[in-house]
Amino acid sequence: MSSSRSGIPHYWVALRAMLVLTVVLGVAYPLIITGIGQLALPAQANGSTETVDGGTVGSALIGQSSSDADGNPLPEWFQPRPSAAGEGYDGGASSGSNYGPENTDLIAAIEERKAQIAEFNSVNPDDIPVDALTASASGLDPHISPEYALLQVKRIAAERNLAVEDVRALVESHIQARELGYLGEPTVNVLQLNIALKALKA
Amino acid sequence: MDVFFAVLQVATLALILTLLYRPLGDYMARIYTSSKDLKAERGFYRVIGVDSRVEQTWQSYLRGVLAFSVVGLLFVYLLQRIQAVLPYSLGLPAVPEGLSFNTAASFVANTNWQSYSPDVTMGYTVQIAGLAVQNFVSAAVGIAIAIALVRGFTRRESTTIGNFWVDLTRGILRLLLPLSMVGAVVLLVGGVIQNFNGFTEITTLSGGLQNLPGGPVASQEVIKNLGTNGGGFFNANASHPFENPNAWTSLFQNVLMLMIPFSLPRTFGRMVGNHKQGYAILAVMGTIFVASLTFLTLFELNGAGTAPELAGGAMEGKEQRFGIFASTLFGSTSTLTSTGAVNSMHDSYTSLGGMMPMLNMMLGEVAPGGVGSGLYGMLVLAIIAVFVGGLLVGRTPEYLGKKIGPKEIKLASLYILVTPTIVLLGTALSFAIPAVRADVESTSIWNPGIHGLSEVLYAFTSAANNNGSAFAGLTANTPWFNTALGVAMLLGRFIPIVLVLALAGSLAAQDKVPATAGTLPTHRPQFVGLLIGVTIIITALTYFPVLALGPLAEGLQ
Repeated sequence: MSSSRSGIPHYWVALRAMLVLTVVLGVAYPLIITGIGQLALPAQANGSTETVDGGTVGSALIGQSSSDADGNPLPEWFQPRPSAAGEGYDGGASSGSNYGPENTDLIAAIEERKAQIAEFNSVNPDDIPVDALTASASGLDPHISPEYALLQVKRIAAERNLAVEDVRALVESHIQARELGYLGEPTVNVLQLNIALKALKA
Repeated sequence: MDVFFAVLQVATLALILTLLYRPLGDYMARIYTSSKDLKAERGFYRVIGVDSRVEQTWQSYLRGVLAFSVVGLLFVYLLQRIQAVLPYSLGLPAVPEGLSFNTAASFVANTNWQSYSPDVTMGYTVQIAGLAVQNFVSAAVGIAIAIALVRGFTRRESTTIGNFWVDLTRGILRLLLPLSMVGAVVLLVGGVIQNFNGFTEITTLSGGLQNLPGGPVASQEVIKNLGTNGGGFFNANASHPFENPNAWTSLFQNVLMLMIPFSLPRTFGRMVGNHKQGYAILAVMGTIFVASLTFLTLFELNGAGTAPELAGGAMEGKEQRFGIFASTLFGSTSTLTSTGAVNSMHDSYTSLGGMMPMLNMMLGEVAPGGVGSGLYGMLVLAIIAVFVGGLLVGRTPEYLGKKIGPKEIKLASLYILVTPTIVLLGTALSFAIPAVRADVESTSIWNPGIHGLSEVLYAFTSAANNNGSAFAGLTANTPWFNTALGVAMLLGRFIPIVLVLALAGSLAAQDKVPATAGTLPTHRPQFVGLLIGVTIIITALTYFPVLALGPLAEGLQ
């Protein structure tokens, strides 16, 4: 028994179905969603960008490096998590490190980060939170933990000649609680914090 | 306190799925049993040349499935090969032959294994007109097969099991497309992007340069999850903030992945005329889901292993906004369905934690499994379970009024042998063929030692079970993996489909036998326990030796 009228072969039906479905699902549908996004939710649809003095400085959702040309962290900015995206926070090469738990390269990297962050912030290596020592899944994690942000307060204050209390208050005002009070983890958005930091007067 | 949040998160998910179970399950039953066509559907049938009132034998139904899938395969292959001349290709060249084959096989087989990094390989046209279209249609094919099998149970002495083109069309137009439109807007509100901007170079706050990606992401992200496909628009998949911006979008994506697979038992119960049968299947799926999620979460919270212990926790490859709980929930959902999306990197899980996604796939992805494939996989296991139950008490096994005879048992047995054979053969060949082994060890494997074996085992497990997630350190864009995994995905998808449709045909042709005192009731806790046992024992016996060589060895050393 054939499903098709006057015994049209399955392949011919399949080909026509694929063409029509491609027009509907592959062209019309994404264009309609794009239209809705661009008209009703343009800020989100275009990447939740952050601007300073009229210029785009990044996306609130995409982390960015605050390092010099040689990759050394700049002490006057809050530092993000380690990143495995390209050379670090490469928006065109999202990736985790994919190192396994016993990988010697990862173990060495964590030890190195521990020593570097301890020295950079003049803190005890044992006080460094886990997010500061580990690369995120995307390599573009825009957040750090409140603990890691607070740990950087003294360094930032000294570097920018600001009162420690003012910088700490700034961090605390940027701590985002869990979504709906219980989903995910508390975060601090590093770019938004740094933008506010830039505007902070001594 | 943290544990309280985790429980509350799972409770929210469970509540949403519970609320959806009846309306969505009943709606799907109506879709596939209604005798009326929508106006748009009538037009579509006219264009493609199908009479929607004519039903098909299982052989004809199968020929439709295969013809449609072969055309899809060629179509996705061709689109990639001509990428250089397509609009919105971001200046990317044609995708090479081997990779094009692998990707086409992957998306047609509802797997979405990605040997490539989308950020630097696929332009927008290939993504929306090739890959996302398969995200819709391969999902609709999966549901159609499950419905055909359920019809096998509901019909008496019937030569037909439905019309594939009608089931395909209705699944897309009445179910997947409307849900995707709503879901895409929800994701947009959450911050998922939807544009055709390409890359934008910006100067960062501290004076550096950064390329921000664009893309029609929301429209693809929703069907990637809803159709349990899993192929990310970006390399980092659902850990990428433009795919999954915050903790509530992550929970929403869990809902998208689970809503159809967890509601299909209701559809099944309604169609066979006994909701208790649906609840029994649901209970099996739900129990395995909660158990597996609990183990993975405990392993990751415990954070065993040299690197996690040194860092103070298992946060390598996890996003701060998700933390451990939202990561393990997503990882469990993704591998217990056939989605394979990730919001954390499974390769960086603790040794025993990394075993859980593998184990989830090895179960055959039945708890609740992929859209359609989860239900038909579970029904095959139910047939095995009534057979085992029949052996124990010495009765002829029956399920839903159908005799489970030699033919049905042969088909069911072949079904449960297919994927393990592909997984173990593929993994073994990767190390047994000297030239392949040299290439695998020097080029593909990223983590040295035992973990490297796990990467290869994970790849074949994922491909053969049509999951698509990876221990992503593995470089799979090589001639060996592109070919072997491509073949594994096609065989792992279509051999079971052949067997299930044959089973549907065989069951439909039977008359119903009345239940007697000797019939094993299949809606009671006793059967739920038996089915859970059968599901786990089959997997444990098949895969324990190879797990002992991989993640177990690493975790216990």
